[in-house]
Amino acid sequence: MTTTAVGVHGEGHVHRDDYGSKMGMWLFLFTELILFGGMFVIYAVYRYAHQAEFELGSKELDTLVGTINTMVLLTSSLTVAMSITAIQRGNKKFSLLLIGITIVLAVVFLINKYFEWSHKFSVGLYPQSPELLNKPQGEILYFGLYFVMTGLHALHVIIGAIVLAVMMHFIRQDVITKDSYVRLEAGALYWHLVDIIWIFLFPLFYLIH
Amino acid sequence: MSDHSEQHAGATHIVGYGQYILIWAGLMGLTGATVALSGIELGRWIVVTALVIASVKSLLVLSIFMHLRFEDRTFRLFVAVSGLVLLIFLVLIFSDYAFR
Repeated sequence: MTTTAVGVHGEGHVHRDDYGSKMGMWLFLFTELILFGGMFVIYAVYRYAHQAEFELGSKELDTLVGTINTMVLLTSSLTVAMSITAIQRGNKKFSLLLIGITIVLAVVFLINKYFEWSHKFSVGLYPQSPELLNKPQGEILYFGLYFVMTGLHALHVIIGAIVLAVMMHFIRQDVITKDSYVRLEAGALYWHLVDIIWIFLFPLFYLIH
Repeated sequence: MSDHSEQHAGATHIVGYGQYILIWAGLMGLTGATVALSGIELGRWIVVTALVIASVKSLLVLSIFMHLRFEDRTFRLFVAVSGLVLLIFLVLIFSDYAFR
């Protein structure tokens, strides 16, 4: 149903397999899912073993910053999804604007993250800090997972923003057009995955206390 | 060529802006709900409610934003299988960990 007709109905020179491209992207997303999934399993086991200390650790995170960042990422997912509709309707400028907004939101997310982490560092909370090592085992594990998981996620936000910037370039160059937008779809899929991972990180680290 | 793009549009499902905005509003609402619920003493249920809300949010993103609802069944099957793999990881590890 979704197989794009290009190359199938005898136009001759254009051979493209959008279905295959998308499936390739999904397969890649599954490897990402397993990467983060493994860490979520570690989180589950340690949380099970150190319930009270995980709750203490989570009280040190700023729920407001977490909530704002959740809303920022959800909105960025909206704008990147809408940019596909815009390009499908041939509205190149609007599509570019929407992807631009998505990248701006990604930067806002990272700025929030920067202030959040610097605050943690300033109160002596960073991996292997003397302050942290004095805390009970469960809290050390909690903050270890916090830094690794949100750090890896932030890295994905950076990569996603770069990918989307390349997509903007492709749209400007008419590589991505009304009739050929599978690249943009793949970039958007990556961005949504980053959003979904945050959807789970947010309650597990900020809210459960 | 114009003939071709008509065929193309017919084969592709275009999601309207309105539907996306509706889903986004739902996601924002669920975020508000999960934050509000975390303020209430729910005890052990807090993890369950948080995870249920997060799963509903992911399903919305997967089905509409990521177009799974309009894709071939194969894609949905893939996602289901990968979710199942994660679940197997979790169950096996806990069945080991909980009884030692």
